[in-house]
Amino acid sequence: MASAASNAASEVLELADPLPLDGGQRLDGVRIAYNTYGTLNDARDNAILVAHATTGDQYVASQHPITGKPGWWDRMVGPGKPIDTDRFFVICPNVIGGCMGSTGPSSMASDGKPYAMRFPVITIRDMVRAHVILLESLGIETLHAVIGGSMGGMQALSLAANWPHIPRRVLAIASTATMAAQNIAFQEVGRQAIMADPAWAGGNYYDNDTGPDSGLAVARMAAHITYLSEESLTSKFGRRLQDRPDGKPGAKSFGFDADFQIESYLRHQGLSFTTRFDANSYLYITRAMSYFDLDEEHGGKLADAFARTQARFCVISFDTDWLYPTEQSRKLVHVLNAANAPVSFVELSAPFGHDSFLLDVPALDRVVTGFLNQ
Amino acid sequence: MNATLTRLRPDLAVIARQIPAGSRVLDIGCGDGELMAALRDESQVDARGLEIDAQNVELCVSRGLSVIQGDANVDLAFYPDDAFDYAILSQTLQTTQRPDLMLDELLRIGRQAFVSFPNFAHWRVRVALAWRGRMPVTRQLAYSWYDTPNIHHLTIADFHALLDQKGVKVQRQWFLSGGQVIGAAGANWRAQNAVFQISR
Repeated sequence: MASAASNAASEVLELADPLPLDGGQRLDGVRIAYNTYGTLNDARDNAILVAHATTGDQYVASQHPITGKPGWWDRMVGPGKPIDTDRFFVICPNVIGGCMGSTGPSSMASDGKPYAMRFPVITIRDMVRAHVILLESLGIETLHAVIGGSMGGMQALSLAANWPHIPRRVLAIASTATMAAQNIAFQEVGRQAIMADPAWAGGNYYDNDTGPDSGLAVARMAAHITYLSEESLTSKFGRRLQDRPDGKPGAKSFGFDADFQIESYLRHQGLSFTTRFDANSYLYITRAMSYFDLDEEHGGKLADAFARTQARFCVISFDTDWLYPTEQSRKLVHVLNAANAPVSFVELSAPFGHDSFLLDVPALDRVVTGFLNQ
Repeated sequence: MNATLTRLRPDLAVIARQIPAGSRVLDIGCGDGELMAALRDESQVDARGLEIDAQNVELCVSRGLSVIQGDANVDLAFYPDDAFDYAILSQTLQTTQRPDLMLDELLRIGRQAFVSFPNFAHWRVRVALAWRGRMPVTRQLAYSWYDTPNIHHLTIADFHALLDQKGVKVQRQWFLSGGQVIGAAGANWRAQNAVFQISR
């Protein structure tokens, strides 16, 4: 099968100059790990930047090297798919602060030891600044589109607001221009779970036998609930009991085992997450998200920022997404309207909550395909 | 006249012919984007749409149109003044919560507006009501009284009266019967549909 997975090994760009950060620091020796799919055309105008979500990475359409699973947006990116790699040159970078090859808290600082908590706090705009340097290094001045869901949508919007000459189309799915209090709150729970784990050791666990796996797993469990809808939890798990480890049918244990299937599922999700994600990266990336406020960044005049772009926008929300509810997308659309930007917006119906953007929603495929063909 | 415009619903065809190339247009209640696509393809009009139905919006976006899912009764408030050369409200006025306030919004957002609506004083409607004593169900008004989205029926005379009251200027008006434009004489009896081009 012709597969986008042909160039599965990540490429890495090493930045010659220090990367200036919103926090005022400069980050030396930055590396950006990224994957590409498809071919850049001679006019260099068929590139699409796909920005990943909180715990995503550059393996958007190729097998993950740790989990062995297909790319996180394999259903969307590939030959003949909505983001068609037969037509488009797709670039997916790992964000800085991440842990899949781009410089983050687990990377070595100049003293040869991991940064850990010495890593500077970064912002979404810092992540995008690194993406922009990557694009420059690839000789790409304009993008056919920038696309992202959730935190990826934030990066897409940040690119449009801060580098308005780069994207010709901006697609933000299940996202927001301003991180809301509820979202900040859930992420704080996650961070506190990590930092409350004794194995976190103030972030200096890289030389220890174990890291803060328990804390990170709890953070993932809590976050995972926010990605689902009550409807999908009920239909997938309900109150069904988990079979016992010895194979006997499930029963209430009158103890604190994972009696319910949903408990077992969450424990599995939490544990398997620790095999592929760095706890400190989780702290830094969620911190960047909680700082995300495009309106504040532009002195309360976000419409002015968007007025400088010629890009078309498409904003998509899902009716069961209570983490990034439609109202937040609608607010963004009103700002874009005020800027007279060509914007489309649709709330799609899908049962999967926030995760809908990653799952089988045929209407999403149609909208993405149509928008990219404009 | 070109073929694409001819295929449009008659009131939309009337409107499409009046819109100069390169105009900025907001189609309110744009449905599946039929008018917007024709305007874009035939006269390079910068057309935007507002539509309440998600499936229609999906269709529009997949046709490459810029359409926002929203409710005209509330979401027009978020458009700036004078954002468009023309605001278009076709076959929708009678479904709005406050048609009088809707006219204000049309002429705030657009320098001019096109409004088309079914005429409740057409003779078939009058006959149904006067002779049968029943709310009319016609091809133009294809709903029963209990499930109709048309909550504010109006006649051509009613519309004229509202425009007068508001001091809104009529640039042009067209009356349609059986899909054809007819003369103004006795229009409030003879026309199934009316199209108005209005301005502040």
